[in-house]
Amino acid sequence: MNQLLTSIQQILRQNSQGQAIDRRQFLKLAGVAGTSLLLIAPSSDNQAANINADNASTVGAVELNAFVSIASDGKITIYSSNPEMGQGIKTALPMIIAEELGADWTDVEVLQSPVDSARFGRHGAGGSTTIPRTFDQMRQLGASAREMLLIAGAISMELPKNELVTRLSQVVHPPTGNFMRFGQLAALAAKQPLPNAKTLAYKKAEDYTLIGTSVTGVDNLEITTGAALFGIDTQIPDMLYAIYHKCPAIGGKVINANIDQIKKLPGIKDAFILKGNDNVRELLDGVAIVGSNTWAVFKAQQQLVVEWDEADASKDNWPAMVKQAEALAKTTGATTVLDKGKPEKQFTDPENTTLEAFYEYPFVAHLCLEPMNCTASYQTGTAGGKDTLELWIPTQAPERAYQVTQGLFDLDNDQVLIHQMRLGGSFGRRIYNEYVCEATAISKRMNAPVKLTWRREDDIQHDFYRVGGFQAVKGAINSNGQLVAFKDHFIGMLNNGKAVSGSRIHATEFPAQNIRHAHISKTMLEIGTPCGPWRAPGSNTSAFVIQSFLHELALAGKRDHLDFLLELMGEPRWFESGNIRSLNTGRASAVIRLAAEKAGWGGKLAAGHGLGLAFYFSHAAHVAEVAEVSVDSAKKLTVHKVTVAVDVGPIINMSGALSQVSGAVIDGLSTMMGQKITMQQGRIEQSNLHDYKVLRMPSVPIINTHFIQSKYPPTGLGEPALPPLAPAIGNAIFAATGERVRKMPLAELGYTI
Amino acid sequence: MPIGLPVGLNEPYAEMSWLATMRTNGVTMPKFILQVNQTTHTIDAEADMPLLWALRDLLSLVGTKYGCGIGQCGACTVHLAGKSVRSCLLTVKDAEKLPITTIEALAQEQNLHPLQQAWINQDVAQCGYCQTGQIMTAAALLTENPQPTDDDIDQAMAGNYCRCGTYPRIKSAIKEASALISQNIQILVPPEGDLA
Repeated sequence: MNQLLTSIQQILRQNSQGQAIDRRQFLKLAGVAGTSLLLIAPSSDNQAANINADNASTVGAVELNAFVSIASDGKITIYSSNPEMGQGIKTALPMIIAEELGADWTDVEVLQSPVDSARFGRHGAGGSTTIPRTFDQMRQLGASAREMLLIAGAISMELPKNELVTRLSQVVHPPTGNFMRFGQLAALAAKQPLPNAKTLAYKKAEDYTLIGTSVTGVDNLEITTGAALFGIDTQIPDMLYAIYHKCPAIGGKVINANIDQIKKLPGIKDAFILKGNDNVRELLDGVAIVGSNTWAVFKAQQQLVVEWDEADASKDNWPAMVKQAEALAKTTGATTVLDKGKPEKQFTDPENTTLEAFYEYPFVAHLCLEPMNCTASYQTGTAGGKDTLELWIPTQAPERAYQVTQGLFDLDNDQVLIHQMRLGGSFGRRIYNEYVCEATAISKRMNAPVKLTWRREDDIQHDFYRVGGFQAVKGAINSNGQLVAFKDHFIGMLNNGKAVSGSRIHATEFPAQNIRHAHISKTMLEIGTPCGPWRAPGSNTSAFVIQSFLHELALAGKRDHLDFLLELMGEPRWFESGNIRSLNTGRASAVIRLAAEKAGWGGKLAAGHGLGLAFYFSHAAHVAEVAEVSVDSAKKLTVHKVTVAVDVGPIINMSGALSQVSGAVIDGLSTMMGQKITMQQGRIEQSNLHDYKVLRMPSVPIINTHFIQSKYPPTGLGEPALPPLAPAIGNAIFAATGERVRKMPLAELGYTI
Repeated sequence: MPIGLPVGLNEPYAEMSWLATMRTNGVTMPKFILQVNQTTHTIDAEADMPLLWALRDLLSLVGTKYGCGIGQCGACTVHLAGKSVRSCLLTVKDAEKLPITTIEALAQEQNLHPLQQAWINQDVAQCGYCQTGQIMTAAALLTENPQPTDDDIDQAMAGNYCRCGTYPRIKSAIKEASALISQNIQILVPPEGDLA
């Protein structure tokens, strides 16, 4: 056993420790010529979605970033530079490099790269953008490395380079069968000049042997043996443990606290008040408790008595928001988003059927199972030296950690070393880095390394929530059962005068773009509760409203929902050709048809069962879902099956892609079923899993996923399968029972699962 | 070795300078004997410290995870005398001297537990945070019931939450492990980089 543990610990150290290597060590390692081949990534424009052979001529002429190394024993090491939070990127991106390289995947080891944007490009991940943003970069990295190996192979084997190919980690000469292994060629390849990106050739998709297959996650051995290190697992010498207690009404300030009493508690090293900068994304006022273990500080927190100044704190009250929105529903929004055609004329036309509805969706929490945490080691410079800060962070946005430590602690980037830890879930939560600021402030004060761990209760009550909101919608159906006018009054939320993440509606919102008469307006309410991105921001609520309401309209027009939806899509067209974020009605219709067909749309169902269909376009993905449900007399909902059809272009890792879709469906069901965050006097009323209900294994439906692997560029799948789930379920409930769902969560309407 | 140091800790802990300061504030802690993964540890802790924190902070066994602290998520599941328990609710006092197994010792000698192999084969994990707890609960299930039905699995696993929604693959992996067990297949720890 000990042997096994030792070997796992070794793997762990090697595998997770990009992190253990600091920059200087790393540069030393990188400089060991002959044993390691370092290739480069273009960093000319890290934001660009498409760096390809035409526009990446700057490769080799700009700063270089290393992703691939090959040892003489044939081991291929590929860096993954983006945060792994469950979206599977640490496996998928290296697969792209390995494919172009011609690597045998079993020779590949993937390491989390050190955080260094200058070398690796942008580290952050979010918005399902990493695949579209980096696909061509990864191909280029692989192709560039392959080219250098081919040159080395041509020299070593004295064969023409254009007759050589790479496969299974070998440079092969197919006419003669001669070959050399990558490991044999690495030293020579590393001496070759960097190929001009313009001259690089790329594999044809039909020749792929790795992309599109199912590959198990690169960290699965560590995860299943308990050796994978998440941020919360960080342990460093002389480390202390801390909690940070903030005002339950967001933004309240500390007047006083029973610090002296807290300091006397067992295992407590220190307790103190920290003054914040009033920025909820950075550092709010609070009380830090520092001790010898996590339990000591958790327990001490229960003894903490704080007098708060809540003058500037949030006063949010959910029932008041609902009341305000209900009154607004009868009006048109103060701001017009879209006004085209003459919708009012259609609504008053006696030939048309007009329908109105009011939809409501709640605030929800992220509930990452690994609560917010950060380990910080702030060291005051001695003998005239600068202060330094070392951070171990589970974060979606490592670069932002540099920004906040510079802003708050006046540390330049070269004074800060960030270790990018695995994330125990994120879903948009860890884009903000306030827990980094808290840990840093505490470590600085203690002049010692500190691990800050939030209690689950603090994690739920100090989130950046998925914003709640309301939409008053109206539609007109003509005598042929066609949608002729659509109106939406969107009631959203502002923090400090700015629309929060997800509180938005665009003029391109389906179906406004597809019909002649449409009006979209919005009213925005100022709130104090902080909000932020939550898996498919905006889409995860608008899909529910609009795709449910379209079903209502189809029924009002006595139409089959599938026909109605396909008719709305109309002829295949791409509204903004070339823009992956613009709806393509051909791709949309294809996934709608496929989901319906695979779900048995129009066929005979078991007694009491209903089918519900929904489509949504978000994150450059076209996704349709059909849910099959039944509801018993006590309103117990059974979701029998969810059929999903997705077009995100070519799939990189089939196993990962299926997992993302399935996970999004379950997340969507869990959220619509029981999750709701409410506020009273600025305080969040929910605190833990006993009052914030999540979906468990017995309630999980069968999920059948079908991909249309179109020839468009591949796009991300972390988010877009979630939005269509709620309306598909709502529509299916109506089909089964005749009861319309216009509000989430379903638990509030008396449903159980 | 200074007073108050847990036995069997790795070196960095032996240098923890704060211990000296802690002793001067007059607080002393009782000792408890924990039998974890067939090793005896004497720890200094408050009697109500949940086993979870003793494992993670005092014994550096961080494979057991903190999720909710109220026994609702199952991320902290370990085996106590062969039964799955929530280590966030079990105090060190109550766990004292009973045999405790954590995820770090689920594999035996050079063999992965069939569940661990099945978890890799089925590519179960997304973020991975809950998976050690899931596996520990499943392992206790398969010990009691090596051939569970779908319903048996649902019931046994209902207390383990997965935020990423990996439930279908968890279920598949439990079934695969059940089949591996019935065929008495031994699974060697795969060499590094050989997991494709």
